[in-house]
Amino acid sequence: MRGATRTRTLALALALPLLMIACGSTGPSDDEASPDAVSGELVVFAAASLTDAFDEVIEAFVQANPDVEVVVNHAGSQTLARQINEGAPADVFASANPDQMDAVAAAGNLARDAAIFTTNLLAIAVEPGNPLSIDGLADLADPDLVLVLPTEEVPAGRYAREALDAAGVEVSPSSLEQDVRAARSKVELGEADAAIVYLSDIAASAARVDGVDIPAEQNVPASYPIAVLADAPNPAAADAVVAFVLSDAGQDILAAYGFTAP
Amino acid sequence: MNDNASLRATSTLSGVAPPRTAVVLGVIGFALLVLPLVGLTLRTPWTRVGELITDPVVLQALRLSIGSSLVALAVSVVLGVPLALVFARIDFPGKPFVRALAVLPMVLPPVVGGVGLLAAFGRRGLVGQPLAELAGITLPFTSAAVVIAATFVAMPFLIVTVEAGLRMVDPRLEDAAATLGADRWTILRRVVLPALWPSLAAGMALCWARALGEFGATITFAGNLPGRTQTMPLAVYLELERNPEAAYLISSILLVVSVAVLVALRDRFLQTT
Repeated sequence: MRGATRTRTLALALALPLLMIACGSTGPSDDEASPDAVSGELVVFAAASLTDAFDEVIEAFVQANPDVEVVVNHAGSQTLARQINEGAPADVFASANPDQMDAVAAAGNLARDAAIFTTNLLAIAVEPGNPLSIDGLADLADPDLVLVLPTEEVPAGRYAREALDAAGVEVSPSSLEQDVRAARSKVELGEADAAIVYLSDIAASAARVDGVDIPAEQNVPASYPIAVLADAPNPAAADAVVAFVLSDAGQDILAAYGFTAP
Repeated sequence: MNDNASLRATSTLSGVAPPRTAVVLGVIGFALLVLPLVGLTLRTPWTRVGELITDPVVLQALRLSIGSSLVALAVSVVLGVPLALVFARIDFPGKPFVRALAVLPMVLPPVVGGVGLLAAFGRRGLVGQPLAELAGITLPFTSAAVVIAATFVAMPFLIVTVEAGLRMVDPRLEDAAATLGADRWTILRRVVLPALWPSLAAGMALCWARALGEFGATITFAGNLPGRTQTMPLAVYLELERNPEAAYLISSILLVVSVAVLVALRDRFLQTT
């Protein structure tokens, strides 16, 4: 217990100068990103694919607003939307796709319109060093290539299918994995030659997979909306955290995890 | 009234009836076990079975599940019965440990089993890599992988049931056959296996039910592709979002099969004494 506290203090000490540098370079948006006098508990519901990146954004927010105690609940966007619509006491919802945000909006549970705060581009995960010299979507048509895709029941799978269709590439995947991380892990384990995943998934696993970019005209990016909820117990802090996520400081952190500004 | 009557009836079985609190807790426990089955049955669109069952996703999953679970059962009998014979009839150093390893998949989380199967039979696996390089055979993402995953999780059920059955076969019968000049194969075929048949049948039923329901090791080792590796449990999991009614129907089919297995095994598990 004491060890954990010490580690956290150390991390804080290390992160503080970095944060000050980050803030120093961001200019005027700083002021709205760290408004004064927000406090209390803040409950943020965030999509599972945001796990690492969003947690760091929240950490930076808490450092700028030490009186706020943030609790982040990560799950699939659909699960979170259902929980919110069933009355879960949350302040902010960050969804991995507009459909689930629309579902919350349709139930009258948003304080105001959602804003797209980041996008996640599709990319091709390949084995380190790209031994098969995969260059783009067209190379995935090779029938000898072991390709896995996320199943079309999850957004990443739908976007991948759209991208392949738009590029006119016919593929014969070996498996339609239950989620995007499972698709990536098949490449990490060496069982698959390639998988279509999010750029953030590749950034999070840089040591075990390489990424091949899909050019913007072929890409189908996922949009991530964020909104303050109508029944937010702590609306002031909710507004502050949404502003922080949209600020340059928040966007820089997201960019480091492979997300792209909207 | 009814409760009291059944309480009295219970007390006549043997000993004294348990305290009322225990009965209440027991009823709660029973509700926890049974309510999901009731819910599933009520949600299943029984009137549309004919139309849903011809849905290509359902049909493919049904065909693949029945085929792969039967092959897994056959492999389990061919390899598992001999292993049970070894455990029941041969003593060797470290046997308890070896035996524990063989039945470990019964308690291992199936996903862990799937990761292990990849480490052994995957393209970069212990056996899988030489197999791919020398013979050009890769197992992951094939129907063979579905059978291997099902065999891995299900065969131990056959082994423990058959081994227990073997211990109940009277060794004097085998000794008598030997003194009458029968060789080992003849004794196995004419004496041991006929006496073993009830245990073997029970083991096969348990093994098949477990193979049919296998999910975690399959999705990890074999992946998910309709018609090739998407079995019924995988279809339930992945169809729930796209086509919930089909998912309920497949679930109910699996439920009916499970009930059928229990009924077939009623002598073993449904007896009250």
